[in-house]
Amino acid sequence: MSDALPAVHEQYQVATQQLAADRLGLWVFLASEAMLFGAVFFSLAVYHYIHPAAMHAATDQLDLSMGAVGTAVLLSSSTTMALAVKAAGEGRRWETLVALIGTVVLGLAFEAIKVHDWFDEFGKGLYPPAGPPFPLPQPAARLFFHLYFVSTGLHAVHLAVGILLVAGLVIMQVSGRLTLPERMVTVEMVGLYWQFVDIVWIFLYPTLYLVSR
Amino acid sequence: MPNRMTLVAVWLVLLALLGISTWVALLRLGSWHAALNLIFAVASAGAVVWFDMHLRKGSGTLKLFAGGTVIFLFIMFGFGLADWLTR
Repeated sequence: MSDALPAVHEQYQVATQQLAADRLGLWVFLASEAMLFGAVFFSLAVYHYIHPAAMHAATDQLDLSMGAVGTAVLLSSSTTMALAVKAAGEGRRWETLVALIGTVVLGLAFEAIKVHDWFDEFGKGLYPPAGPPFPLPQPAARLFFHLYFVSTGLHAVHLAVGILLVAGLVIMQVSGRLTLPERMVTVEMVGLYWQFVDIVWIFLYPTLYLVSR
Repeated sequence: MPNRMTLVAVWLVLLALLGISTWVALLRLGSWHAALNLIFAVASAGAVVWFDMHLRKGSGTLKLFAGGTVIFLFIMFGFGLADWLTR
């Protein structure tokens, strides 16, 4: 990790202690988020186990190609974010800015793909609470789509927060308020959050689109 | 912190794992789907955590917290699924 250190706040003795606290604090937050999404994955695992036929029928309704393209876009954003953190640690302002903008664009592209999917699925009657009649006879298929919209919606909200955070870094960078490499820890913290949101999708994609196909 | 070539290599590996897992899902392998897709997902997530989140160069405390998260998820899934799997 980079040795570039920010100004030390009064509760710390040295900058390395502050940096270690920043990193540990963010990892503890991510651990709590992992437990939140873990409960969603646990629900999906139980439904896959007790209703395999209905889950298979429900999964077949999803657009696999759009899911795969969206996943590729998000995996690419992981790399641009990692490159932004790397460049920030080395004080390369322009490279950091380009990588951050690339991350925002890829994040927005994923959200656009997901919104397109949701409209498509709503049109097919796959949104259980409203819209056209649900097309599948199995009641458990409704359970799958309830969880599908909850899990993808929760992920999309987290990604939207990530996009806002990265866009904030872009604005700070352009306005000169993000001095690098001194404040690279700010980029690193946002990067850790972004990577976590990508990891959630790395598990959501096979759980929703592949396992029961 | 990994160099740029390592990060690009990790990206290519992630895309390859995505392609393989999607292709495997179309092979109609029955219950093998779940096991193989879980393995590919764990491998992809591991690569992101280890390289893109820099845990490879992280302190022992960070590794302890990251490992602890996985252990607590195992406890939740293990104890929770034990109920359904033993009925």
